[in-house]
Amino acid sequence: MMSLLSIQNLCVRFGTLEKPFLAVDGVDLNVDQGELLGIVGESGSGKSVSMMAMMGLLDGQGTVTADQMLFDGKELSSLGPREKRRIIGKDIAMIFQDPMTALNPSYTVGFQIEEVLKVHLGMDRKVRRQRAIKLMREVEIPDPERRLSAYPHQLSGGMSQRVAIAMAIACEPRLLIADEPTTALDVTIQAQIMDLLLRLQKERGMALMMITHDLAVVSEVAQRVVVMYAGQVAETGLVQDVFFHPAHPYTRALIESIPESCRGARRLSTLPGIVPGQYDRPSGCLLSPRCPIAQERCVVERPELIRYTSRAVRCHTPLIPLQELKS
Amino acid sequence: MMNQVLSKNVSAASVVEMSYPSPLREFLSSFSNNKGALAGFCFLVLMVLAAVLAPWLAPHDPLMQFRDHMLQPPTWQDGGSVSYLLGTDEAGRDILSRLMHGARLSLVIGFSAVIITLLPGILLGLAAAFFPNTAGRLLMRLADIMMSLPSVLLAIAIMAVLGPGITNAMIAIAVVGLPGYMRIVRASAMSELNKDYVMASRVSGAGVLRLMFIAVLPNCMAPLIVQATLGFSSAILDIAALGFLGLGVQPPAPEWGTMLATARDYITSAWWVVTFPGLTILLTVLAINLVGDGLRDALDPKLKRAA
Repeated sequence: MMSLLSIQNLCVRFGTLEKPFLAVDGVDLNVDQGELLGIVGESGSGKSVSMMAMMGLLDGQGTVTADQMLFDGKELSSLGPREKRRIIGKDIAMIFQDPMTALNPSYTVGFQIEEVLKVHLGMDRKVRRQRAIKLMREVEIPDPERRLSAYPHQLSGGMSQRVAIAMAIACEPRLLIADEPTTALDVTIQAQIMDLLLRLQKERGMALMMITHDLAVVSEVAQRVVVMYAGQVAETGLVQDVFFHPAHPYTRALIESIPESCRGARRLSTLPGIVPGQYDRPSGCLLSPRCPIAQERCVVERPELIRYTSRAVRCHTPLIPLQELKS
Repeated sequence: MMNQVLSKNVSAASVVEMSYPSPLREFLSSFSNNKGALAGFCFLVLMVLAAVLAPWLAPHDPLMQFRDHMLQPPTWQDGGSVSYLLGTDEAGRDILSRLMHGARLSLVIGFSAVIITLLPGILLGLAAAFFPNTAGRLLMRLADIMMSLPSVLLAIAIMAVLGPGITNAMIAIAVVGLPGYMRIVRASAMSELNKDYVMASRVSGAGVLRLMFIAVLPNCMAPLIVQATLGFSSAILDIAALGFLGLGVQPPAPEWGTMLATARDYITSAWWVVTFPGLTILLTVLAINLVGDGLRDALDPKLKRAA
């Protein structure tokens, strides 16, 4: 089956030409129709930057290169701004982390939902209103007729996020990118929003790309997962494989630092250190200064992403034996 | 389970009457809590009424010289008369009538100057915010240069090039005020640009113009309205200053600054000739500033009581 989104060797460089900083370093991503892909990694590992680069939102701030950025068979980087805008926002939609700033404070919720419908689908006023109400009902906003005339500051965080989701799904996108959609919400609302996203994904058969810190969530809902570290893909594979048999020490560290997996221990398990930035990038494996099982080779030589059947790992010393795919 | 909870919420929501206060009502209630702003607003309303109705309300023609009543003191002083409430000037013209007609000039010039600056100020400020590396650099350095010149001096220089007159005075004052608006629009637009909703509307395919005027600009209005109000008062001051220097409105037109200039010689002998125009300028500017403060508090709660 042809994948809906296929990105090969995506690189994003920030800073000067002489001393560029590779925020995203050769990332490959594939999303199939109707698939739920999880992208995990700690802050600064390049998850959001890759998405922004793909959507063409980095203009001027960074240099984006890629061997291939295909969405539904169309090369995204070769599209003119007009054609790109027609795809982005209609076929690809996005929800953001902080619902309190994701809505424009100057307009009512109804106006903002209807604006999307007007621009992309060109519906007339009455139809738009009906459709906005239907969308709000679909994201489980009670009393939508009245809430249409509410301003964003009059809604709670969870409610605002629901509105943001309603706007995102207004044009029946085929790919929804959720950039940490629940991070800014409290725990009970997190579960509700997550349920809502999953339900919408199933009902509409759209692909969902979930960027998150929360591995527990990804392990429950996603089909495939991409673990990113310092702008590179550290490990990717089917969720059950990656979570029950992690091959990369970073993946294992992430799994071990989920509070549930530390049950009984006095302290939560952590991985010391932070993601390397522009000035402290190690010359060997990017994880080597923090890796508990780093060897001499890891400090000197940077590992390549090695592909196995339905799995890829970037490590000299994988934790489990894997059968390498001979290409 | 989920559905049950949900349906309970729905029924609760329909029992409790849900009504959001309209933005206008919120604004009015918080504006009228500010007594100073309210007083200033009332004074301004009176001033505008006096200006609009001047031809009917004013007791005399502002240019008519009553040669028998030169430098007559106000009505409550010895030698004053009821027909010249605030006295007459050195040419025997009624001061009250001149002030009322002068209000028309000052308010119209001040208001037009603000409108004339507002449009380019918004456009240039937005351009500077959206293209910080190209247009932004150029425009902000220009603004820096303009702001490093004393405003009256700059206005005089422009008047010297354009020549005296009401229209030119308006243009001069508008140009002097421009950098202030540009910077305010740029600053608030840049802080809005970092918010997710701008990103969201870019993601949903909005072009630059739509982003500028529909997404970002309305959220920059609060500081802009305040700046425009304060700009109105400084425009009135500037036009009075230009008039005083003989560059703005030309005598015998009854303009407050011009009135002050001609009354200078009588400052020791006839106090009323200087005092009333001066007092009018002071009160009007004070009223506008009070209204501006009230607007700032009402429009932007974060700035409340920030002096």
